[in-house]
Amino acid sequence: MSTPVPARANAPERYYNYAYLDEQTKRMIRRSILKALAIPGYQVPFGSREMPVPYGWGTGGIQLTAAIIGPDDVYKCIDQGADDTTNAVSIRRFFANVADVATTEDTGEATIIQTRHRIPEKPLKQGQVLVYQVPQPEPLRGLEARETETRAMHAYEEYGLQYVSLYENVSAYGRIAATAGYPVMVEERYLMSPSPIPKFDNPKMAQNEAVMLFGAGREKRIYAVPPFTRVRSLDFEDYPFETQTWEETCALCGAEDSYLDEVILDDAGDKMFVCSDSHHCAERREAGHVGPMAGHTLDQDAALKEPAQ
Amino acid sequence: MSVATLDLSRIAPAFADPVRESQAVFREVMECMARPGRITRFERAPQAPTGLSKAAGAVALTLFDFETLVWLDPALADSEAEAWLRFHCGCPLTRNAQEAAFAIVTDMAKAPSLAAFNQGDAKYPDRSTTVILQIASLEGGPVVTLSGPGIQTTTDIAPQGLPQDFWTQIETNQAQFQFGVDVLLVSGDQLLALPRTTTAQIKGG
Ligand SMILES: [Zn+2]
Repeated sequence: MSTPVPARANAPERYYNYAYLDEQTKRMIRRSILKALAIPGYQVPFGSREMPVPYGWGTGGIQLTAAIIGPDDVYKCIDQGADDTTNAVSIRRFFANVADVATTEDTGEATIIQTRHRIPEKPLKQGQVLVYQVPQPEPLRGLEARETETRAMHAYEEYGLQYVSLYENVSAYGRIAATAGYPVMVEERYLMSPSPIPKFDNPKMAQNEAVMLFGAGREKRIYAVPPFTRVRSLDFEDYPFETQTWEETCALCGAEDSYLDEVILDDAGDKMFVCSDSHHCAERREAGHVGPMAGHTLDQDAALKEPAQ
Repeated sequence: MSVATLDLSRIAPAFADPVRESQAVFREVMECMARPGRITRFERAPQAPTGLSKAAGAVALTLFDFETLVWLDPALADSEAEAWLRFHCGCPLTRNAQEAAFAIVTDMAKAPSLAAFNQGDAKYPDRSTTVILQIASLEGGPVVTLSGPGIQTTTDIAPQGLPQDFWTQIETNQAQFQFGVDVLLVSGDQLLALPRTTTAQIKGG
């Protein structure tokens, strides 16, 4: 245990509890996290609280972070791989303010990484927690609107519908069309939505060293994948699971194996491909790697980002 | 259950800084639940009353409240430990193992089987009991090899003072996944977790 830091909860400028949530809400979320870890891939219902950001801006992830964070943590927040988007910056500032934590953009030194729609390129390690923001936790929702029905499907492992839907996809398009939020089986028992990460990131979930927590605020669900857990993307014998690949390399750092975003450079339609993981790209450039457009200054937030296929 | 008169002067203190200390305890419990067999220590946790280990007390202060029905070992009925839990956690107690969110078992000789507690619902397996078993030691006993989610290959533990058929109970518990209880073994200020996903093999057994 860490040495208790003198509490600032009663300081005049702080009218909220440490890490914003009240202690009773934290306990409720903490109990849900423990059950989520004990039943990998299963969606635990929890009493989601109002947060000072609108739904869709990561209320589930923010509540998870608030329930686990302590003053010794080093916090990183990314939005589609980037540390410097308005959303990521404001969530990072929020926790620096309400939880007295150090923040970082460095994937390697973070203890808690909150993410929307990406898994960092750098392999995570023991002692790190990856908190996913989840808009829709139910992988079967597109096929079945009723929660009572989907809950029964998970309870009795009736996943035929999902396989039929994917197979229709394959026969219609010759490939599985879903490129983000591609469903996974956890420990060959629970079908799970990986959140809208590109399927490029799906293989990183399997046997990951870090603790992975998923929070859906509006839908009031928490689920988890413990470290070293089997996570398999759905596939068929004749159509094995494949991730996206690019003919291009990162224009800035030359990376050949990272997830690339297409960035429109001007009205004439000129574009380039760059790493979606901004810290990964910066770290590579600092290490001397150069891409074909190295030196080009990129304003990630202002540029029109199109997720590439 | 009879409620003894609350004598406040007899109630030992809990966390000095509940917000920070419960966060630190929770993070350790979370890491342990995520990595079965990993042993953690709550050196700075407050001394719990007679009959209750530091680790069991720290978990109770961190996770119990008015929303959690707690099955407390009959050995601790009307004890200082019971008064301490009621006062600091505000948790209702139950004698019905089937409805308990948490259980604290301190008398291993008379311990109910794991199957006696709530095993969860097919649609809501998270409603099962989390069973805190207070034993002689987490080390120095017969070696047991664990595997399953949270464990890279295998990991060995050697707890002392468990009932003879305990590992058979764990096997049954694991085999009925998604149903099952989740176990926290505690001794003194130490804790390790055995979630329902964990497979145990007695070494040489
Ligand atoms: Zn790059």
